[in-house]
Amino acid sequence: MKVLVCISKTPDTTAKIAFTEGNTKFDENGVQWIINPYDEWYSLVRAIELKEQDATTIIHLVTVGAADSEPIIRKALALGGDEAIRVNINSNDSFEVASQIAAIAKEGAYDLIFTGKETIDYNSACIGSMLSALLDMPFVSSANHFELAGNTAKIKREIEGGEETCELNLPAVISCQKGMAEQRIPNMRGIMAARTKPLKIVEPISVTATTTIKNFELPAAKTGVKLVDANNMDELVRLLKEEAKVI
Amino acid sequence: MVLVFIDQAEKQIKKSAFEVLSYGAALAKQLGCAAEALVLGNVNDDLAALGKYGVTKVHQVSSEGVQHFDAKVYTHVIAAAAQKTGASVIIFAHSINGKAIAPAVAVKLGAGIVTGASALPKTDAGFTVTKTVFSGKAFASIQIETPIKVVALNQNSFGVFTQEGNATVEAIDVAIPSPSIKITATELVKGEIPLTEANIVVSAGRGLKGPENWGMIETLAKTLGAATACSRPVSDSDWRPHHEHVGQTGLQIAPNLYIAVGISGAIQHLAGVNRSKTIVVINKDPEAPFFKAADYGVIGDAFEIVPALNEAILKSKAGA
Ligand SMILES: Cc1cc2nc3c(=O)[nH]c(=O)nc-3n(C[C@H](O)[C@H](O)[C@H](O)COP(=O)(O)OP(=O)(O)OC[C@H]3O[C@@H](n4cnc5c(N)ncnc54)[C@H](O)[C@@H]3O)c2cc1C
Repeated sequence: MKVLVCISKTPDTTAKIAFTEGNTKFDENGVQWIINPYDEWYSLVRAIELKEQDATTIIHLVTVGAADSEPIIRKALALGGDEAIRVNINSNDSFEVASQIAAIAKEGAYDLIFTGKETIDYNSACIGSMLSALLDMPFVSSANHFELAGNTAKIKREIEGGEETCELNLPAVISCQKGMAEQRIPNMRGIMAARTKPLKIVEPISVTATTTIKNFELPAAKTGVKLVDANNMDELVRLLKEEAKVI
Repeated sequence: MVLVFIDQAEKQIKKSAFEVLSYGAALAKQLGCAAEALVLGNVNDDLAALGKYGVTKVHQVSSEGVQHFDAKVYTHVIAAAAQKTGASVIIFAHSINGKAIAPAVAVKLGAGIVTGASALPKTDAGFTVTKTVFSGKAFASIQIETPIKVVALNQNSFGVFTQEGNATVEAIDVAIPSPSIKITATELVKGEIPLTEANIVVSAGRGLKGPENWGMIETLAKTLGAATACSRPVSDSDWRPHHEHVGQTGLQIAPNLYIAVGISGAIQHLAGVNRSKTIVVINKDPEAPFFKAADYGVIGDAFEIVPALNEAILKSKAGA
């Protein structure tokens, strides 16, 4: 079985969010980059577990990004995976990114494509869904459990107020979230091995972007907390009722 | 025409649908066109009554193949219905199912999409949508460049608006592809309010010391008609079920009221709750970072404050 795991580079969760060039660009100054947590902790680790169960499984990683994505993809390879592909283009348009991955996916004839539920920078949750349309494959989103028996996958996904279990036949696209696997930390052996794993650089296919980011904005700062005396919960109830009007 | 997708489960229209209907109707008014709705599957709700949210027509597909959610099938059917009805903007809720299908529908229609929209698009020059990015820490204005547009609205970000009026209900005939998945089980947490749909959420963290101390949180939630949530270490330690975990790596929620008890307010936690309208923080440490993100704060011991707050609410309810 061949698995394609989509890896995205995102700012660290504690990164300062600021913008430059007249609020049109994310300010990358001093930003630490990480593998998007959903991609790393859930989809990549689950793919590695599948390979541990069945050693014939082949895992390819794909990232769409310029050369500065390489430390991230190497770090992902240190966790596991056989080889990586980097499509050499920076894009903020989900359709453009998904189209690049779809081109790779078609060529590699993968049985299974894993994405994270969303990235923690643009929070668009688009890539998995778009891939399913571009590749005409079934799609299960927000999966928190994935088991494989032959060609049939048993998947659990989150639904409002509960959980749904379904079965499908591969190939399929799955977006992964918490529950799929437990976070792992790369070990020395993995880090050494990653250095020699193939990392193929592919030039992008030509796609017309469907959206353009015009500008960014920071939310208005909270006006400041109103402290209520711990012995006066009647006052808190009054404020919530009369001032905030939320109860 | 603006077409609003109405999601349902177990023959019941989801709460998020009323907000996207109101949003779609407001957008149609701004564009000077009609707003219509699309429902897949049979529902017990009165579809004509959806007119009160501002749609003039409700298209319904009631074939066997669309009674249950199947992302691939729904994508095909919604895209076909959008084409057949001549929709130029298609609106979804940025909900679990909305996230699964809206981007795929956009691909099928050759449309640009913005998900996680937080306000009405600006349509005076072009079509620009503001969305939340960096887990609620910023907004981005994104221009959609294609003639057909898809927008998925953040839940609890626009509001529900009603007026007088009924919609006409019409069956729409589109080809239904064969199922791509087989649903084998659906488990709903009985008697609980889904976290993403709750107006009020009572949440607690490691400050509560252990799972045996959650009784007062559940009591307060019950008094308020609220859902319960927790911080990540709490669900990681199995003090609470995983579906209660909110934050950067858990659920992102935007209730009207979020009450945080014994949660320090780490940036990753805030990322999941910072879109809440009002935040109350109860923490014994006056330096806890959460106070900076709060509207109301109470400094002190949660084990005394939470029961006292519960009493005060009960008292106020009895008096009202
Ligand atoms: C990549 C990444 C992703 C993460 N994602 C998430 C996420 O999605 N969600 C999340 O929540 N965290 C997440 N975290 C973890 C986050 O950084 C914090 O560690 C976590 O939120 C802390 O949880 P807490 O506030 O419950 O516990 P603590 O930080 O231990 O805080 C406990 C608080 O309780 C207070 N307290 C103690 N006793 C009492 C009492 N008797 N009465 C009142 N107050 C009391 C203390 O003063 C303290 O402020 C993530 C971390 C990383 C690195």
